[in-house]
Amino acid sequence: MATSLPTTRTGERERPRQRRRTLLHRLDLRGAPYAFITPFFVVFAAFSFYPLVYTAWISLHRVELATMNVMEWVAFDNYTALWQDERFWNALLNTLTLGVLSTVPQLMTALGLAHLLNYRLRGSTFFRVAAITPYATSVGAAALVFTMLFERDFGMINWMLSLVGVDNVDWENNKWAAQTAISTIVIWRWTGYNALLYLAAMQAVPRDRYEAAAIDGASRWQQFVSVTIPGIRSTIVFTIVLSTIGATQLFGEPLIFGQGPMGVTGGADNQYQTLGLLLYEEGWKNYQMGRAATVAWVMFLLLILVFVVQRVVKRLASRRASSVRTS
Amino acid sequence: MTTDSLPVRTDVRPQPPKDSRPARRSLRTRLRPGAGRQHHAGPLTYLLLTVAALVSLFPLYWTMVAASTDNTRVSQTPPPFLPGPHLLENLGKAWQDAALGKAMVNSFIVAGVIALSTVLFATLAGFAFAKLRFKGRNILLMLVIGTMMVPPQLSVVPLFMMMTDLGWGQKLPAVIFPTLVSAVGVFFMRQYLSEALPDELVEAGRIDGAHSLRIFWSIVLPIARPPMAVLFMITFVHAWNDFFWPFIVLDMTNPTVPVALTQLSAGYIRDQSLIMAGALLGTLPLLVMFVVFGRQIVGGIMQGAVKG
Repeated sequence: MATSLPTTRTGERERPRQRRRTLLHRLDLRGAPYAFITPFFVVFAAFSFYPLVYTAWISLHRVELATMNVMEWVAFDNYTALWQDERFWNALLNTLTLGVLSTVPQLMTALGLAHLLNYRLRGSTFFRVAAITPYATSVGAAALVFTMLFERDFGMINWMLSLVGVDNVDWENNKWAAQTAISTIVIWRWTGYNALLYLAAMQAVPRDRYEAAAIDGASRWQQFVSVTIPGIRSTIVFTIVLSTIGATQLFGEPLIFGQGPMGVTGGADNQYQTLGLLLYEEGWKNYQMGRAATVAWVMFLLLILVFVVQRVVKRLASRRASSVRTS
Repeated sequence: MTTDSLPVRTDVRPQPPKDSRPARRSLRTRLRPGAGRQHHAGPLTYLLLTVAALVSLFPLYWTMVAASTDNTRVSQTPPPFLPGPHLLENLGKAWQDAALGKAMVNSFIVAGVIALSTVLFATLAGFAFAKLRFKGRNILLMLVIGTMMVPPQLSVVPLFMMMTDLGWGQKLPAVIFPTLVSAVGVFFMRQYLSEALPDELVEAGRIDGAHSLRIFWSIVLPIARPPMAVLFMITFVHAWNDFFWPFIVLDMTNPTVPVALTQLSAGYIRDQSLIMAGALLGTLPLLVMFVVFGRQIVGGIMQGAVKG
């Protein structure tokens, strides 16, 4: 019973409460930050990270859509089958060409548009809102509208072309015409959005650089090339990364452009089937979940490969630049 | 459009575009750049921008035109450029044929819940990363940024299995749960709060004996309101338009709007004006949002909100 408690009665009551408060306070200081970030990580782990790893595991099995609990180990058979599958190479090539066709013009146009929006304008809000209105349109709606505009016999686009003496283009069945049409949907939806990202970056370029360039007698075009573009380089890289990720996952546009059932195969001869469509076809048309997982994992590896290559190229370029500078 | 020169202002603040009139471009005005706005727009700029606006808006206008005519008129050449009399009739038909009523309700639920939870969790995590000290903060933040690189499409196969096991196939939670949080949102809130929330305020709250949640509630939330609104709208747009995963996991008995629209193109009804009416209906809620909050959405995107 003999404890070394302080002799005053008030102290006896104060101490434990004080101690409990500081303990709670410390617990709060230590624990609260983790509590605040936990929801994000829990959801990410459960619905993104775990499935990603599990995708790799599934891709080593034969799994049918109807009996998903039965997983038959086949090691790398799915991968070798994919490697020998013509449809895979076709889809890979289509994904690349569609990616280039939709990304390059999109970002170029966005750059020009941002430059125009960067002038002192009347009604600048209107022009900006008009530019991102397509971004409010869902893939579904946009693809439906453009499918109709690109209709072979009575579409608006062929009618316009006929005015300047071009014969009707078969936008659906001709490979390059179809890919151009699908890219147009992507370009229309995303150009304004990217333009706004560029515009924000342009407005952060310090003015004295322009002044210096002007004093050096640089024309407007020269200022644009030597001041504006270097000034927004990081944003340009950022949009390239995002558009690349977006382009590898093209799905809705070609699916709806092909008008439903035909869309999954990406046209009668798979002329615009992307990897995303192939994944869907394997899993939900041919009922082979293992193969679908294989396509998914290959897509992921390809993305990683693209970024590694980009890093290496950048490293080499900067090394060359620095060696030029030092020489 | 007057051409008399404005008095040359000597302050260097970027002027709001409202009070700048296209003036005769003397050398002095030309070399007086505002931050990024270094020149007055000439007629060519206006012309090009008008063309750009037309290209952006024309497909939507034409959707409306096509939705208001009948099927035979749509497919005539030259195509119609003016609205016809059948708009409401076609909208009604499309509404029934594509089960758009149910799809609209579903889309509002999905996009609303996802936007709310994204904003809440992004603000919580963003606050922690911006203002609280804890072990492993930087590594965890790098991890968040790293997750942006993982395309959501890659997990659809196991997700589909998971949802089937949980008995959520064809149900809305299957669409809602995987996208309850967003790395981009966390990063966006962190960037904003790092700058906008003074450390002194958080300290003052601590000295007054407020615990972290209390500080979050009474100090952080009021300050974070503007970016939260922006994040809400942008997340809402993305969730409303999301296609790949909903298309896989939902079916036509219980679709979201973009999924329901595929029904229109799937060939049962090859009635072009009805298809256009459906496309118009599916886009309408977001168009209304853009008309009302266009300025805020533009501002939000320019603050560095990101393609999700």
